[in-house]
Amino acid sequence: MRVRGLRTVLGRKTIFDGVDVDIPRGKVTAIMGPSGCGKTTMLRHITGQRMPDAGRIEIDGANVPTLSRQALFDLREKIGYLFQNSALLTDYDVFENVAFPLRQHLRLPEDVLRNIVLTKLEAVGLRGAAALMPAELSGGMARRVALARAIIRDPMLILYDEPFVGLDPIALNQVLRMIRTLNDTLGVTSVLVAHEFSAVARVADLVYLLAGGKVVAQGTPEALRKDPSPWTRQFFGGEADGPVPFQYPARDYATDLGFSEAAR
Amino acid sequence: MNARSGPFAGIADALAQVGACGLFGLQVLAALPASLRHWRESVRQIWFTGAMSLVIIMTCGLFVGMVLGLQLYYVLSIFGGTAALGTVVSLSLYRELGPVVTALLFAGRAGTSITAEIGLMRATDQLDAMEMMAVDPIAYVAAPRFLAGIIAMPLLACVFNALGIFGAHLVGVSWLGLDNGTFWSNMTSSVDVWKDVVNGVWKSVAFGAVVALIAVFQGYTTAPTSEGVAHATTRTVVFSSIVVLAIDFVMTAFLM
Ligand SMILES: Nc1ncnc2c1ncn2[C@@H]1O[C@H](COP(=O)(O)OP(=O)(O)O)[C@@H](O)[C@H]1O
Ligand SMILES: [Mg+2]
Repeated sequence: MRVRGLRTVLGRKTIFDGVDVDIPRGKVTAIMGPSGCGKTTMLRHITGQRMPDAGRIEIDGANVPTLSRQALFDLREKIGYLFQNSALLTDYDVFENVAFPLRQHLRLPEDVLRNIVLTKLEAVGLRGAAALMPAELSGGMARRVALARAIIRDPMLILYDEPFVGLDPIALNQVLRMIRTLNDTLGVTSVLVAHEFSAVARVADLVYLLAGGKVVAQGTPEALRKDPSPWTRQFFGGEADGPVPFQYPARDYATDLGFSEAAR
Repeated sequence: MNARSGPFAGIADALAQVGACGLFGLQVLAALPASLRHWRESVRQIWFTGAMSLVIIMTCGLFVGMVLGLQLYYVLSIFGGTAALGTVVSLSLYRELGPVVTALLFAGRAGTSITAEIGLMRATDQLDAMEMMAVDPIAYVAAPRFLAGIIAMPLLACVFNALGIFGAHLVGVSWLGLDNGTFWSNMTSSVDVWKDVVNGVWKSVAFGAVVALIAVFQGYTTAPTSEGVAHATTRTVVFSSIVVLAIDFVMTAFLM
């Protein structure tokens, strides 16, 4: 999968300004960056939920922004997508949520379907929660149910939007091991959006760091950890000052508070 | 762009909504065949919108019938024509009150909950999640609710009419002492199945389609916030009421 010259403007803000990303088959690629830098937007471009203003996104040679709706749907059947806020269907219980993609696209005998669903739920440690409704789950549990739903059809590409948020250390280890296993045993290609470098470093083969609409650093986790550039030092060191502004772009602070000469 | 901020902003906005709603209606119609695959969803929606509205429809039908019985008995007694009570009540119910009042109640009871439900699905990314699982939300969410509105409305209007006539009978015959036989025989001899009953059914089919379409559209295009859902729900009731009464006038003019 390749992204070339991606440009996106949302509202009056330029989210991407010439972004090139290569995502190798069968590897775990992490896209990192401060919140609001466009990580979710990037995933939405990849699945064709949002069209970029310019640039190409190639998956297996097909350019996503030019695909027809039917072709997009065919492509999405091969993609697993974990939503940032889980996005479980509140009308259905956990079992039916995970079974939903199977029921919609395949005609399976009920006992086969049941086995597949329970296997995936077992993998995320929630087989016992099959009868609960989404409203009865904690954020971390909902995230794991959404993960089971994303992998239910054994997709060739899995996109994870912030999979580690809200997970306790045990569940976090479990999810990390799962992402790794899916890759090593099934050869799935994974794209991981996150900002916890310590967790990412344990699974990712390749890391891209986005900031200010551009790729500011890329490489293996080890290489980035040693990278002396100010972007990586600030992001992974967590300092507020540096090339990545902590503040959302704003007017001068003193002016806003009414202290400047002009305001008097 | 300018029309959006000038003194006619409201009108421009409403016209834009009408256009968008019309286009959305075409999309829903196009998705109807695909939605037949999700027939369970449609059945579930008929249950939710139709069966769950029964109590309010029946209660209101009964009271409307009783009021009609009282008022018309009084008016008819001036002309010494109280024997026509059954006829007058059933004609006004079949031709006007049944379809219209049912549609207004339906908008308040079922339309609002359709809008709020779909609006919340939008706000919590559930519609996007369906898109990502290669399921068309128009076929899976919008079309079954639209279909349910078309099927449930005429049935509800029939229930409303039946309870209305029962209410008028209660007041006219049991309370004010009108003759039971006169009440029924005058009604059955002067109500025409095609001109009165069937035309009323056509009206309620049209109202059901319009109310369900507006409700689904408002939910589908709501701003993904709690305020957005609140506004969308209000708009469903306001727009449905206006459009139902406007269409009623047009249909009455043509069906008379
Ligand atoms: N529909 C939209 N209209 C305008 N701006 C948007 C919209 N969606 C997101 N944005 C902006 O795009 C930026 C990137 O958002 P997002 O991709 O969600 O960031 P994150 O990296 O935290 O996932 C944010 O600054 C947000 O304000
Ligand atoms: Mg995000």
